[in-house]
Amino acid sequence: MFKQLIAITVMNLQTLPQRLGASSVIVIGIAGVVAVLVSVLAMAAGFHHTLADSGRADRAIILRGGSDAELNSNLTREDIDVISSAAGLAKDAGGKALLSNELVTVANLPKLDTGTDANVTLRGVGLKLVEVRPELKIVAGRLFKPAVRELIAGAGAAKQFRGLTVGSMLHLRNAEWLVCGIFTSNGDVHESELFADVDTVGSSIERTGYSSAIALLESAAVFSSFKDALTTDPRLKVDVEREPEYYAAQSKDLTRTINIVGNSVAIIMAIGAMFGALNSMYTAVAARSVEIATLRAIGFGGLPVLLSVMIEALVLALIGGSLGAALAWFFFNGHSVSTLGAAFAQVVFQLAVTRTLIVTGIVWACLIGLLGGFFPALRAARLPVAEALRAS
Amino acid sequence: MKYFPFVWATLWRKKARTIFTLLSIVVAFLLFGVLETVDYAFAHPSTGVSGASLLITINKYSITLQLPFADEQQIRSVPGVAEVTWLTWFGAYYQEPKNFVFALPIDIDSYFNLHKGDFVYSDADLQAFRNSRDGAMVNAALMKKYGWKVGDRIPLHSTIWTQKNASLDWNVVIVGSFDAKDPTQAGQQASTLLFHYELFDEGRSFGKGSVGWFEERVEDPGQSAAISNRIDALFANSSNETKTQPAKEFALAFIKQLGDIGFILRAILGAVFFTLLFLTGNTMMQSVRERIPELAVLKTLGFSDARVLGLVFAEAFVLCAFGALLGLALSFAALPIIKQGLQGVDLSARALLPGIGVAVLLALIVGLPPALRAMRLNIVDALAGKH
Repeated sequence: MFKQLIAITVMNLQTLPQRLGASSVIVIGIAGVVAVLVSVLAMAAGFHHTLADSGRADRAIILRGGSDAELNSNLTREDIDVISSAAGLAKDAGGKALLSNELVTVANLPKLDTGTDANVTLRGVGLKLVEVRPELKIVAGRLFKPAVRELIAGAGAAKQFRGLTVGSMLHLRNAEWLVCGIFTSNGDVHESELFADVDTVGSSIERTGYSSAIALLESAAVFSSFKDALTTDPRLKVDVEREPEYYAAQSKDLTRTINIVGNSVAIIMAIGAMFGALNSMYTAVAARSVEIATLRAIGFGGLPVLLSVMIEALVLALIGGSLGAALAWFFFNGHSVSTLGAAFAQVVFQLAVTRTLIVTGIVWACLIGLLGGFFPALRAARLPVAEALRAS
Repeated sequence: MKYFPFVWATLWRKKARTIFTLLSIVVAFLLFGVLETVDYAFAHPSTGVSGASLLITINKYSITLQLPFADEQQIRSVPGVAEVTWLTWFGAYYQEPKNFVFALPIDIDSYFNLHKGDFVYSDADLQAFRNSRDGAMVNAALMKKYGWKVGDRIPLHSTIWTQKNASLDWNVVIVGSFDAKDPTQAGQQASTLLFHYELFDEGRSFGKGSVGWFEERVEDPGQSAAISNRIDALFANSSNETKTQPAKEFALAFIKQLGDIGFILRAILGAVFFTLLFLTGNTMMQSVRERIPELAVLKTLGFSDARVLGLVFAEAFVLCAFGALLGLALSFAALPIIKQGLQGVDLSARALLPGIGVAVLLALIVGLPPALRAMRLNIVDALAGKH
């Protein structure tokens, strides 16, 4: 039986070029589904990666109790003093705690593509910035100096907004700022932001106090004791979270929404593509009915015929699925887009056509191919031999 | 019209093929209907009955930054401004973060002056609201959702505003309810709860005397741009510069920040229709190829080239029109489901109209090549099987 199956399958596949029109319907139909599915899901994956890659397990973010985002949080100078003396904090050579007191606010800049203003996060950071965030690398220019209106721009923001080049002046929040450097930080969410000295930012927006404090810990293991020390301190009312957990929570809603939309659209499209596959495979079987009947007449079994038709559908589906995934990868992998993040400012992220997504796409393609091939295959196997031979 | 039975009969000569082609057209237009409606909703945000004459003043840099309450007097004195009210984002949920409540601390007199056209409510409820201190007026749909009744004390958890005792939980008592007057606003208003600005401002531990944004009604909507400029000029070069714009523009600018939703939807539709075009075009070609001898017979009987062209094209047209109408009807039926998924977005069936144009275009593209082929058919060759 196995021999029969191979013989028929090889013969079917060899005649494929003669049925190019009908076969390409399956390939293109499935390629369309997979391309849309993979591209849309790549958006969710990219956004999730950008946020999930933000932060380190040995770093904690401290917010005022009950405020689930930096934007809603407010810490006083006294709070910062209390926090910086907590046990578990990493220290520099001079014994100073590695804590960055930060102030998050928003500024407007015109976007490069549309020219319309969009919000960008302006983050005031403490003097310990470089030690607390070792992943931060200045790729052009230099770091800002304290007490003057200088800022460094994330590489992602520089790609989305106008005027973010080293040496240019920006009008932000009623004051002129010098862009003195461009930084990267492992492609995380901060690359969509502008960094400047926290007290300079505070004075220019007339705000005392801070949004959050970022603490580098001695190790990831001391987090629980550090958290307990702060949350049980009667002088404080704060929430303490590991950075990765804080950022992962922020990507949850949007990632889920995009996944739902992408999957629903792809399911509907897949149904359409399945009808296309059914059509082509029925045609293929009809065109070969004499051939199939002849095979049956000389002793080939029904099962090899059935399987051979399904294999043909599967091969075409695989070609379509790979084509669709390749198209999505070619056009969209690494494509930068931005959306509104938790801080009501633009978060820049890149579409990520990951290996998992490509596998997902190809699995979908195979399912469509199998479903679209099954009924025509059944018809082929049940073809009444005598009648089919007479039809010629 | 007399050829309709003929066209219909030829369409169904291969039942399975026609049904599958028809179904894939139905699927494509179902997607078209759904995505277009969503796109239309994002491009045409509903601003309600009072929307046309409504201006919104926010902090120039971000809606998340506050403005001083004292600005109200200055805005009120701008010529052409009929009413001003002030509002603040309270960021509330009920019991769990997923139970979002759009709680708005309002000044009752000015707010209802501005928005009375947007709500249906009883004067008794409004009076009870006025007479209370910690009272709240709640959308009827929201009350039903959580089983709230008039007289219930509701704990609202704010994610921003702490009270003097550092608590984030605020209690309000439901004194009345309202409904959306304009049904297209029902979705947006579905989680609205109104309570007293005084309760909020006196209770909060920081930010006293600040507001999130102002809303103004102008006497003459034609003057909106000039009045907006006058308001913004009042605060130019202050530490709290403002940006005033009509409610509709404000909503559009906000949606734009979410990303280019229109582009994403159109790209998906492009892929869907390209795929469909290929599929249907192929079927049509195939069906004509099979019938070449028949078409030659028609021509022998005296059917003109133009008539044969018309007959084949009519097939494509009937198939596309039938599939498109069915698909659009299905997407119309699906609107209530999408509405649940996209809370606060109002969907209008108007977006389905372009679908008819697309169906005609599709019929032209897939119908014309086989129709032309049928027209150019040479009778002798076709009957001899040389084609």
